[in-house]
Amino acid sequence: MSDLTIQRGPVPGGHLLEVRDLRVEFRTRDGVAKVINGVSYHLDPGETLAVLGESGSGKSVTAQAIMGILDMPPARITGGQILYRGRDLLTMREEERRAVRGKEIAMIFQDALSALNPVFPVGWQIAETLRHREGMSKQDARKRAIELMEMVKIPAARTRVRDYPHQFSGGMRQRVMIAMALAMNPAILIADEPTTALDVTVQAQIMDLLGELRRELDMAMILITHDLGVVADVADRIAVMYAGRIVEHADVHSLYAAPAHPYTKGLLESVPRLDAKGGQLATIRGLPPNLMRIPSGCAFHPRCPYARDICRVTVPPQQVVGEGRTSACHAAKEVLDGSRG
Amino acid sequence: MSELQSVAAAEVPETVAADRPRSLAADAWRDLRRNPIFWIALGLVAVLVTMAAAPSLFTSIDPRACDLDRSNLPPSAEHWFGTNVQGCDVYARTIYGARASIAVGIFSTLLAGMLALLFGMLGGFFGGWIDAVLSRVLDIVLGIPLLLAAIVFGSSYQPGENMGIWPVVIILGVLGWTTAARVVRSSVLAAKQQDYVQAARMLGAGNLRIMFRHILPNALAPMIVVLTIALGTFIATEATLSFLGAGLREPTLSWGIDISAATTRFQDAPWPLLFPAGFLAVTVLAFIMLGDAVREAFDPRLR
Amino acid sequence: MAPEAEFHRSGGSADAEPILRVENLVKHFPITEGILFTRRIGAVRAVDGVSFDLRRGETLGIVGESGCGKSTLAKLLMRLETPTSGRAYYRGQDIFALSGAELRRLRRNIQMVMQDPYTSLNPRMTVGDIVGEPFEIHPEVAPKGDRRRRVQELLDLVGLNPEHINRYPHQFSGGQRQRIGIARALALRPEVIICDEPVSALDVSIQAQVINLLERLQDELGLSYIFIAHDLSVVRHISDRVAVMYLGKIVEIGTEEQIYTRPTHPYTQALLSAVPVPDPTARAHREIIRLEGDVPSPADPPSGCRFRTRCWKAQERCATEEPALVHRDADPHPSACHFAERRERVVA
Repeated sequence: MSDLTIQRGPVPGGHLLEVRDLRVEFRTRDGVAKVINGVSYHLDPGETLAVLGESGSGKSVTAQAIMGILDMPPARITGGQILYRGRDLLTMREEERRAVRGKEIAMIFQDALSALNPVFPVGWQIAETLRHREGMSKQDARKRAIELMEMVKIPAARTRVRDYPHQFSGGMRQRVMIAMALAMNPAILIADEPTTALDVTVQAQIMDLLGELRRELDMAMILITHDLGVVADVADRIAVMYAGRIVEHADVHSLYAAPAHPYTKGLLESVPRLDAKGGQLATIRGLPPNLMRIPSGCAFHPRCPYARDICRVTVPPQQVVGEGRTSACHAAKEVLDGSRG
Repeated sequence: MSELQSVAAAEVPETVAADRPRSLAADAWRDLRRNPIFWIALGLVAVLVTMAAAPSLFTSIDPRACDLDRSNLPPSAEHWFGTNVQGCDVYARTIYGARASIAVGIFSTLLAGMLALLFGMLGGFFGGWIDAVLSRVLDIVLGIPLLLAAIVFGSSYQPGENMGIWPVVIILGVLGWTTAARVVRSSVLAAKQQDYVQAARMLGAGNLRIMFRHILPNALAPMIVVLTIALGTFIATEATLSFLGAGLREPTLSWGIDISAATTRFQDAPWPLLFPAGFLAVTVLAFIMLGDAVREAFDPRLR
Repeated sequence: MAPEAEFHRSGGSADAEPILRVENLVKHFPITEGILFTRRIGAVRAVDGVSFDLRRGETLGIVGESGCGKSTLAKLLMRLETPTSGRAYYRGQDIFALSGAELRRLRRNIQMVMQDPYTSLNPRMTVGDIVGEPFEIHPEVAPKGDRRRRVQELLDLVGLNPEHINRYPHQFSGGQRQRIGIARALALRPEVIICDEPVSALDVSIQAQVINLLERLQDELGLSYIFIAHDLSVVRHISDRVAVMYLGKIVEIGTEEQIYTRPTHPYTQALLSAVPVPDPTARAHREIIRLEGDVPSPADPPSGCRFRTRCWKAQERCATEEPALVHRDADPHPSACHFAERRERVVA
């Protein structure tokens, strides 16, 4: 199917995608908000990395920075690198950047309705990318659009290719968006809360579809979400974000079995379970921080049950707590032991 | 943090803002304060309103003390703006003329505002046939060309005694409320859908309480914005009407009348026309600038 | 009973009479054509015959996906909509037959907490005004001089600082605004509170705080809840009994244990199997029941059993005979399926 096989295969001496110490600020009328404060993570071919966080954590902004869709005022990238196959997207020439974004790295969003243009048929929208970037003819692009719609399991693709976005249900629209993203056969798919607005049965279908497509097309995925269930179901590795920093980095099994950061621990304990009826939910006390006045030292310290004096003063470094696991916490060992016990 | 919200989509952080209570009006005021155009416009308006209220502060010359011997004199130390064809001091007439124009502007805006509120609130809130009827009335009035109708009504009455500015005020108010009414109606329609209105209903609030407590405050802001700009246009329209002889009449002092009277001899004596016209332009501009600044300050809050 | 379960008031008191009884509630929204003279060409059958009881002190959870009619049901119970047919009784009183002063009195007893904390509070009113408005509408509940104190008490009760009484909604976070909404609902000391997706718009870590608050209030004030949500885990946590809705009807109803561990209706089973559990080891043996097709339009629901177009068990009988919501042999709780039966490992 793909004639772009040069994009596959191992990357010489590095990761497929690597974000290094990214820093992003937002300048608003009321002050400067430090939305991303030194975020680093990486993605290897074929794997699924989940970026887990709540609103204000910066998880979406990181993805937007990778895709280059941040509004540059008021946002400013003040530091760091985004390396795709070893080359920094932020310092590339514009044409090279465009060759990567949208083609090798694609993104799907939460709200398909606003991501699709309501006045054009969906087939036209899918085909447009192909015509534009691949220089395909109208007929070829249309044929490929139908193929893509069939690939994402939209029934009666041949006739539905002429329908408009509002004529599809939520789940179907999401499939259309996925088809558009996959049109260029990207190496990486960034999915920003792809199922949050969908019913649970539709969510299961979409996540299933994404899993199948990943395997078929040998695609790596960054899944941005706040849903602990979805993450447990599909992720290989997880980066947990809080106040613009990564607080924990682990493979999925280790993270759920024994978290090494108080925030992760708090999250896991505060979620009600489908398979058990518990008593009172454990909560993380307090509120998420104001990004214009991030607490000194560790941003989580005002809410942390393990907080000590040092937490108020020093930003915790990434401590290695296991094979491929880090935790940005001064008390990481203690938390980890507590989780295991 | 509205920019943050619009750009970072779902990334709105949960935060607690300032320590002191800050209403939306206070936020708007804070923005207004920083806008230089607001201050310039406000300054101009303040001067003009003072001029209208207390013209004697600006000149001691009687605008009606006219001497035909001194007709159409150019500006001099004695007559700062010169004299008009009847020998009246143009400066004094211009200062005193402010009262008519600004009074007409303010009162016709108030009248238009009241009518707009009435029609917009009733139609938007009750919907159904009430809305249908009121909307048709609105459409009919909207369809009447303002200037044309004003000229017809303005020319048709022959006041025995001087009724002053009121006929013009009524004409402008009655013909000019439509745009504001539409704005009010759409604000009411939008506010009706809001969850907090449903919440009030569920608490048992009656229609009156909902209209005045929940809907009206939200409909007022956009209406004020529209009306502040409309004020400027009303002043300009009044001047036009008076120019055409369908507005204010002698012996009322008005810029429009002065401009009209000075047109024929414009080539020889431009001053009696230029000064009132200049003041007129500045007044209209000042009100429109004020309205613009107010609109900018309120706009993001309307979200 | 395990200690954690003790914390929950076991569903309902010994009262014979349920505090709320709903009988065959129906709401059809007409679809019309034409501008000046409208003609009815069909109807959206949003709620199509719903019956249930709510006992004093219990929490009845109502789950279902979009289009199942749960929001319309909430509006009907709050009398924001009038039903096409059917009845609902609060303490024996027919709530749809009330008007005037009696209706106002009813409002004091049944209140609602709404979903969106960003639109459910009037942005131009202070928190004190918002929470105090119920007292202004029902002056007989609190004398004028007493109101401020009562408002502060309410703010304290929901975990907010009473000194913030003069602040405006936009100065609070989403979770705090939701607490304000809860305080407002409590002002008149209602007995029944309908919670319409009260935590769906909140962050995960804040959801737990608000859920705990709702439970604590239920215990302290003896409230009865109807808890409408789409998040099945949250519903299980807070509910004593659960009703599952599909296309305007209840397809299964029972205790939370019955529904979550022994569901017998295929839709419930499919729904539960689709929820991802925060446990990566469950991946291996998770069996998602895949439903074919899209949800039918509520304007034109399938004949007989509405779920049959997507059900793997559907037979001819399902198209001709609508299954009643009655006890089935498979498990002693009402289920609307001719072929109701238990299934292994529904929840991963």
